[in-house]
Amino acid sequence: MTQEQIALAGTGAMRLGRQEGEVIDRRRTITFRWNGKQQLAHPGDTIASALAAAGERVFSRSFKYHRPRGILTADHLDPGCQLQVGDEPNVRAAHRLVEADMDVRSQNTWPSLRFDVKAANGLVGRFLSAGFYYKTFIKPERLWPVYEKVLRQFVHAGSISPDTAHDYYDKRYAHPDVLVAGGGPAGMSAALAAARAGATVLLVDEQGALGGRLRWGGPAELHELHRLTAEIAAEPGIEVLTDSVVGGRFDDNWVAVVQRNLPNVVERLVKVRAKSFVVAPGLIERPYVFEGNDLPGVMLSTAARRLINLYAVKPGERAVVLTANPEGDGAVADLQRAGVDVAAVVDARHGTTVTRARGRSGVQSVELSDGRRIDADLLVTAVGWTAPTSLLNMSGDKPVYDPRSARFRPDPARLPDTVLATGRIVGDGSFSEIAAHGAAIGREAARRAAGIRARWQTQVPTRTPGEPVAEVPAKPVEIPDLTPAAHPELFRGHTHGFVDFSEDVSSKDLFTAVAEGYDSVELVKRYTTVTMGPGQGKLETVNAVAVVAEATGRTIAETGTTTWRPMYAPVTLGALAGRIFEPVRHSPMQAWHERQGAVPLVAGQWIRPEHYGDPAAEVRTVRNAVGIIDVTPIGKLDLRGPDVPELLNLLYVNKWNNLGVGRVRYGVMCAEDGVVLDDGVTGRLGEQHYLMSTTSSGAGTVWEWVENWLQTEHPDWQVHVTPVTTAYASINVAGPRSRELVGRLAEGVDLSPEAFGYMNVRTGTVAGVPDCVLWRIGFTGELSYEIHVPAAFGLHVWEALMSAGADLGVAPFGIEAQRILRLEKGHFIVGQDTDGLTQAYTAGLGSLVKLDKQDFIGKPELTWQAERGGYPLLVGLQPIDGRIVPAEASQIIAGGRIVGRITSSRMSPTLGRSICLGQVEAGLAKPGAVVTVRLIDGRNIPAAVTPQLAHVDPEGERQRV
Amino acid sequence: MMLLTCPWCGPRNSTEFRFGGESHPRPRPDAATPEEWRDYLYFATNPRGWSRETWYHGSGCRRYFAIERHTETNEHRAIDERRAAEARR
Repeated sequence: MTQEQIALAGTGAMRLGRQEGEVIDRRRTITFRWNGKQQLAHPGDTIASALAAAGERVFSRSFKYHRPRGILTADHLDPGCQLQVGDEPNVRAAHRLVEADMDVRSQNTWPSLRFDVKAANGLVGRFLSAGFYYKTFIKPERLWPVYEKVLRQFVHAGSISPDTAHDYYDKRYAHPDVLVAGGGPAGMSAALAAARAGATVLLVDEQGALGGRLRWGGPAELHELHRLTAEIAAEPGIEVLTDSVVGGRFDDNWVAVVQRNLPNVVERLVKVRAKSFVVAPGLIERPYVFEGNDLPGVMLSTAARRLINLYAVKPGERAVVLTANPEGDGAVADLQRAGVDVAAVVDARHGTTVTRARGRSGVQSVELSDGRRIDADLLVTAVGWTAPTSLLNMSGDKPVYDPRSARFRPDPARLPDTVLATGRIVGDGSFSEIAAHGAAIGREAARRAAGIRARWQTQVPTRTPGEPVAEVPAKPVEIPDLTPAAHPELFRGHTHGFVDFSEDVSSKDLFTAVAEGYDSVELVKRYTTVTMGPGQGKLETVNAVAVVAEATGRTIAETGTTTWRPMYAPVTLGALAGRIFEPVRHSPMQAWHERQGAVPLVAGQWIRPEHYGDPAAEVRTVRNAVGIIDVTPIGKLDLRGPDVPELLNLLYVNKWNNLGVGRVRYGVMCAEDGVVLDDGVTGRLGEQHYLMSTTSSGAGTVWEWVENWLQTEHPDWQVHVTPVTTAYASINVAGPRSRELVGRLAEGVDLSPEAFGYMNVRTGTVAGVPDCVLWRIGFTGELSYEIHVPAAFGLHVWEALMSAGADLGVAPFGIEAQRILRLEKGHFIVGQDTDGLTQAYTAGLGSLVKLDKQDFIGKPELTWQAERGGYPLLVGLQPIDGRIVPAEASQIIAGGRIVGRITSSRMSPTLGRSICLGQVEAGLAKPGAVVTVRLIDGRNIPAAVTPQLAHVDPEGERQRV
Repeated sequence: MMLLTCPWCGPRNSTEFRFGGESHPRPRPDAATPEEWRDYLYFATNPRGWSRETWYHGSGCRRYFAIERHTETNEHRAIDERRAAEARR
């Protein structure tokens, strides 16, 4: 179509002339696709308004009976306007603005929207009565997956593509003094008053623009809208979020806001901590229950007024209007102005009502309670309001039903001081009364926020001395009365109709449920799924409660309401998941490892080299020549102060008083239940200076553990703890030629065995880098030096070792080789060979535990463990058939009982046979004992208990050279 | 999410803290009976009302501190040692 043709055709037969408050841009026209067909719209149109302008009346098929559905509310709640847009399902089409080239489709209709095969369900509707699924698809259980498959075809939902790219979802924190939920006249007035009282304000509205019902009002309302909008725009203390919804209120005004309509961001979750929270959602118009109330062409008065005044769309040609309030009367005037032939105005205040609407794919005639039958294609109802109290319920309120105004009202007495309500959720009044109430609430919210700010200021002991605390007016702001107007109680007419349009639940279904004994509204809800659709009861709850009340013969107040829970509006999983933030840690040598083709191992947050291709060869390199491994993640705590020995005596099970400067000792920490917590070596670098190492995975835990004991039990001890794990890059140089290699690079350190023996620590210069720490320790069982290098020089030292050792056959080795080496040597790993029940004696640490110390963590339990005896023990195990490597966690069985398990197992390249560590019951923990290991495939194999944990060099001769 | 008042940093999101459980005085390790020690290790009174608790401000000042918290309302306050002593009497 050319621009000229578009201009001639206009954007649809139902498009009206210019309306004063219209939000469409008539100068421009865009095209989109509707079920494959080209369609026109103006920027500013919602998908639904553009389709309605073109004369479309049927937008979707209903959930259970596949009945045709059209516009009901013409806003984000509209149950009949959930459509598929591109690969996004369940788009609220009466809210989402049209964009050029959008691909819009009706959901789950086959073969087409107009001729839906499954509409046959409507004919057999009595089989889909209340609790149908519960009653029918129970037995046999084995058919459940089949039922699920078939039923899935009938579900009213769109389709998603697994190929959809994960778009960008954002997250933000906000800390306003006052958060206002709802940007209608009351909310706008509250925001202005709060900001003028000095508060920072966040004003949130679900619509695309502020104004609420002012937007579709007459000239007076539009005048107020423009004035308020201009004043808010000029007020720097107010931030406005439109097309955003306050989804939930949690403890201490922690509020979730989901923001849409941002460039390059699908949705943003705003986590708001508000000092005061003003709830001003206005009212939601309630549908009326009668036969045919879901036919396309039956719509609420607010829907008709939105279509006419915001989008310049004529909602029908010939209308019947059922009205019980001034807003309904206002809709009559709007319809007449729009040129709709208003055939009848039925005034429910005088007792007349609508009995049923008739038609096939839309309203064709309307029957009234006085017997009249009027031909019409539009039936507009204005029978009352639902107060959307959910944010107040989430704040602790239990709104009470007021029969005089026919709606639930908040009870401010139940609300915390930090939550206030204003606007029509509280009561009705003229625009100036509503605005005055909003302004008073806004000022009071600002006053309370200032009080909280002042209290918080005084609660921070580290605040600047003498910093003035803001003055807070002591006297509360006087809040004018706002009383709900009297309104007739209109929920259901003389016939049965739909209560829940999303879930296809009728008033008849609710009567059936009550007759079957589901007499509580919470039970009826779960049995019939009423109010459980995408609208979450905003349109349906009060009608459902009223029908249950009618069916049980109770009042609405006695029946009560269902519980409102977060979220208030549907939220995408993307918004909740947000951006993907996964912190990753790696050592300064990581780039080198990657260049060498290291296979990465994810160890907590760390990415480490598992191996460089052949772990067995790496083991042989360490045993025969020299290897280097990056052990940067090893936990390192710098301890200083006169009381460090006291601290070490408390933390470790062994003794620490007499550790000389330059000496290193191995220690094991237990928890208060005697279970092994961590292990590592600690060295004394100076008179009052120690360096503690922990396991890589325990680095964070041990730091907090040490601080806990220092801060809570021994605040008098003078010890300062600094975590230095990532301040150093750590390299272990291991193998018979390690002394030779380190000697080529170290300066100022005498490496001779006499000067620098096993279990000693020195500081010095390595490869020109001063302040390195060198430890002579050995996890691998070989002569080895662990070098802690200031992190920025880690890669330099690593590369220097590689080039200086080329003629010695140096090669890097990874975690896998290290695990084999330590298993050959019989060193256990905390958390691998021990678990949450392994006390120190079970881990074979009997000789380390010094029960004669006055105190250490876990001492009582270990004392009792030693007295008790008979505990399981960690032992070395070798399968008799050395070719078999039992999987780790394989059971050890005896007489049909589990008597132990394999905790570590590998094929040993040094011995050429399989080796294991395992925990076995006391009676089996004897050298030479043969135990039975149950393999994963069910075979049992014998394995012998070795004399000691070490399989290689049990005397430790290799590491002491 | 509740706000918790750290004695050093003031009110912060509770996700910044780690709950350390009810505060129990550590029995003397050389004198405690197994019953006393296991009571210290494993048992909590879990009152409905004021509870004396340890918290750790891990994402803030990294201080361990004890407060009294009301388990129904999450209201919490610094420990008044004199009041605590009176309560024990």
